Amino acid sequence: MSGHSSHPDYLGHHYDTPEQQFDSGSLGMWLFLATEVLLFAGLFCAYAIYRSHHPEIFLYAHQYLDKNMGALNTAVLIFSSFTMAMAVRMAQLGKNNHVVTLLTITLLCGFGFLGVKKVEYEAKWKHGLLWGKKFHPEEHSAGAHGTEALHDAGVTTAAGVTTAAGVATAAGGAGASHDTGASHDAAAMPAGATDHGAAPATGGSTAAPVGINPANADPMAVRSNIAPPPAGPAGLAENAFEPKQKVNSHATPKERPSNVHIFFGIYFLMTGLHGVHVIAGMSAIAWVLWRTMKGHFSAQYSTPVHLVGLYWHLVDLVWIYLFPLLYLVG
Amino acid sequence: MSHSGGHHGEHAAPGHVVSTKILVGVWLALMILTVVTVEIATVDLGSANLWVAMFVASIKASLVVLFFMHLFWDRKINMIIFIVSLFLLALFLGLALTDTGAYQPDLIPGYAPGMEQTPPATK
Amino acid sequence: MSANHTTYGGGTPGAPAWEQDNYLNHTHGLKSWLTTLDHKRIGLMYLICILASFLLGGLFALLVRTEHLTPGRTIVDADLYNQYFTLHGAVMIFLFIIPGIPAALGNFVLPLMLGAKDVAFPRLNLTSWYLWVIGAIFSVVTIALGGVDTGWTFYTPYSTTTATHVIPVTLGVFILGFSSIFTGLNFIVTIHKLRPKGMTWFKMPLFLWAVYATALIQVLATPVLGITLLLLIAERAMGIGIFDPALGGDPVLFQHFFWFYSHPAVYIMILPAMGVISEVIAPFSRKTIFGYKFIAYSSIAIAAFGFLVWGHHMFTSGQSALGNMLFSALTFSVSIPSAIKVFNWLSTMYKGSISLKTPMLYALAFMFLFGIGGLTGLFLGALAVDVHLHDTYFVVAHFHYVMFGGTVIAFLAGLHYWWPKMFGRMYSEKWGAVACALIFIGFNVTFFTQFVLGSQGMPRRYYNYLPMYTSYHQISTVGSYIMGLGFVICAIYLAHSLLAGKKAAANPWGSVTLEWRTPPIPPHDNFDKTPLAGDPYDYSQVRWDAKTGGYVWVDEQSSAAVAG
Repeated sequence: MSGHSSHPDYLGHHYDTPEQQFDSGSLGMWLFLATEVLLFAGLFCAYAIYRSHHPEIFLYAHQYLDKNMGALNTAVLIFSSFTMAMAVRMAQLGKNNHVVTLLTITLLCGFGFLGVKKVEYEAKWKHGLLWGKKFHPEEHSAGAHGTEALHDAGVTTAAGVTTAAGVATAAGGAGASHDTGASHDAAAMPAGATDHGAAPATGGSTAAPVGINPANADPMAVRSNIAPPPAGPAGLAENAFEPKQKVNSHATPKERPSNVHIFFGIYFLMTGLHGVHVIAGMSAIAWVLWRTMKGHFSAQYSTPVHLVGLYWHLVDLVWIYLFPLLYLVG
Repeated sequence: MSHSGGHHGEHAAPGHVVSTKILVGVWLALMILTVVTVEIATVDLGSANLWVAMFVASIKASLVVLFFMHLFWDRKINMIIFIVSLFLLALFLGLALTDTGAYQPDLIPGYAPGMEQTPPATK
Repeated sequence: MSANHTTYGGGTPGAPAWEQDNYLNHTHGLKSWLTTLDHKRIGLMYLICILASFLLGGLFALLVRTEHLTPGRTIVDADLYNQYFTLHGAVMIFLFIIPGIPAALGNFVLPLMLGAKDVAFPRLNLTSWYLWVIGAIFSVVTIALGGVDTGWTFYTPYSTTTATHVIPVTLGVFILGFSSIFTGLNFIVTIHKLRPKGMTWFKMPLFLWAVYATALIQVLATPVLGITLLLLIAERAMGIGIFDPALGGDPVLFQHFFWFYSHPAVYIMILPAMGVISEVIAPFSRKTIFGYKFIAYSSIAIAAFGFLVWGHHMFTSGQSALGNMLFSALTFSVSIPSAIKVFNWLSTMYKGSISLKTPMLYALAFMFLFGIGGLTGLFLGALAVDVHLHDTYFVVAHFHYVMFGGTVIAFLAGLHYWWPKMFGRMYSEKWGAVACALIFIGFNVTFFTQFVLGSQGMPRRYYNYLPMYTSYHQISTVGSYIMGLGFVICAIYLAHSLLAGKKAAANPWGSVTLEWRTPPIPPHDNFDKTPLAGDPYDYSQVRWDAKTGGYVWVDEQSSAAVAG
């Protein structure tokens, strides 16, 4: 141990050269990223299976996500990835002032992403667009907000539509505009289809508490949505829904297929797990930011910045897939 | 022995330094592709929508991995590990999809007795 | 630290190497252990924890067997019995077998074998141990709360509806999973980056190949278990409807998720065991290993095939006919690399000069038991036969022959093989042989009987059984007591060895892998300077030295002569 003439402080005692240490760190981080890919693999698998066997759920439910919010967050994350990559470059060149600036911007982007996510989650919560048994979508029959028809969810809905619209507009300052507005207007689901649609064969007489909208009360039409059609997503999209580009504040989807709550379960799990990774990445960024300010890094040694960068890019990478899968279901 | 930047010099730290030009270029490409994917989603291509969206996402992902994450210049082993993880993802997805797809016709459509909605009657 | 003992301190005549500064006495106090970054100490801490888990899991096993002495109630009610077998399975698998060889023995041996000072990420290594401890605490808390009765597989929908404590135990397993991931990650990087000069991939000891293959599975499969358990927790706590059929979910999908990890995990258990056997067979046959490259490649092949066969756990679970056919065909492929290994071990022994020391006795037991375990796996991989045998005691016997007869026996082989290096003490060979014989006999009495029970239709996990099975169950239970006795004897002579065993030579077995180049107890930093790696199985590098009671390195002898 004593024999080495040049063993810099930053070099672990069990390494011979800085290059060996750097390569070990990179390899370790890439292995960790592989585990992250496979952690998300479970969710992608759940998504793929329900999407391919029950496309109607996804086609119906994704309209309640705000595409603009998703796109905004994509842009935010991509920009933060860019600033992170720049920070790594500056760290390698030893320009620590730039590193501090760039890491701070990256961190702020992380906060921005979480802020937008919070707005989206709140809107979902207000409209009862949640997982499993908590799925109590706000029912909306023409003219009146049919709040009294809601079940026991404990979801406050009285001012639901108004509030959500306000929230979306607030976020609109950052680019989410109101004209497609899927998150607020479309979030109100048609009352009639809800309970009646689920029990078509028994003729609807048991669908007790809800006022049935006669326009949606055709059991045969509902049945055709529920059975997974052999034609696949394309055929189904044409049968069951308005074409995509017509999704706007007035084109509420006609029928709700069974088990729409599964989409929201998957949505919250995917974005939730991703959000946890965003927070973890932000903590890591804060840590290297602190170390940079403490002067721990130099042109000779900035490996932690590089490794944290790799992690942050992976967080971006996952979102690059989540965005089209959840928000842009075709 | 090394693909990475410097060789043993006191001043050259290991690892490739990516030029600002490339980083900015990649960022612009990513932004353009984001706009592309959003726009394509408004055109109804049927089931092709999904594949187009995944294709665009994969181009974006490749850009991030190769340039932001330095894999283009990095040691091969890191690339291999990443590809292996994607391969296993595909394996998991592929076999699980094959099997669940094969038994799907045996299931009762929309069956979910625990939800408040009652399931459609079975035939 | 003092550097006055020679680098290869082993056989230095006259040097009181045993008393010198070593990793055990380098620093003192409990805190110096709990904050250590030394892979050898971390390995020992794992060893202690893992043996405690083995004791706990073993007690549950004895309770299960005792309950089966008579049909109906013997000692406990059905609910408690369900918890016993669940805890036996969960503790043995997640707390004992999976970390057993890699984390305990592997941590101690791997850097030494590489001639390295430590693993690549010492802090991460310590973190892994703490994660293990936290995961274990969750399991213990679960037991204290009143246990869990789902079986170690946590199948839905039972696991989402049972009133027992599924969430704490799955959280514990989730954390244990990350412990396992970090260990694997550490080992892969260490093997890639810290090999000494001269040690090319094909000059690595075969244990390292096995650990490397294991680590690949740990890193690539365990995260899927992580997400599976998170989804299960979400299903139970929130009711997301992915696995729960009551909410529109698919319980068979849970089994896909679970086995995508848990089948490869079977190879996490057996691969390092095979590595230990490769290390033990060669020196105790005084013959170079036969078919080195085949053994090395077969480790990787087992790891790769291991990812393709998970569906063979689901032949009767509602998996499609297509899936069944596919997975059954793939399953048979795994038998090829496993058979290659057994063939090569037997060929290594052929015309060797075999010495029946305790580690070798266990290695021989391994080959016999693993042979039976592996071959009965083929019965279960065959679709038609599996319909009859699935979920019977035949399956129980099969996987105990592989996991116990394979992994636990190999763990004991490794423990006895590296014991002198860990503690610098020898144990009683006589009592070692007695314990090995008792464990071997007890094991076969316990589990061979269960093959018969299973083929006659006794379902696994049942509390009660028909009177026709009584005698088999009683024989099996008696066998488990014999095994228990063997372990008690083993514990006694090993404890005696720690306190009063004969001091060990640096290289008592005449092995030529690098860990045997250190003094009897390795120093804190392992090696003063990185040793030059030679052929790990060329036994002409050492010769017997009666004065030290061990083997000495021929090259050191000559260099010492020159220096002197």
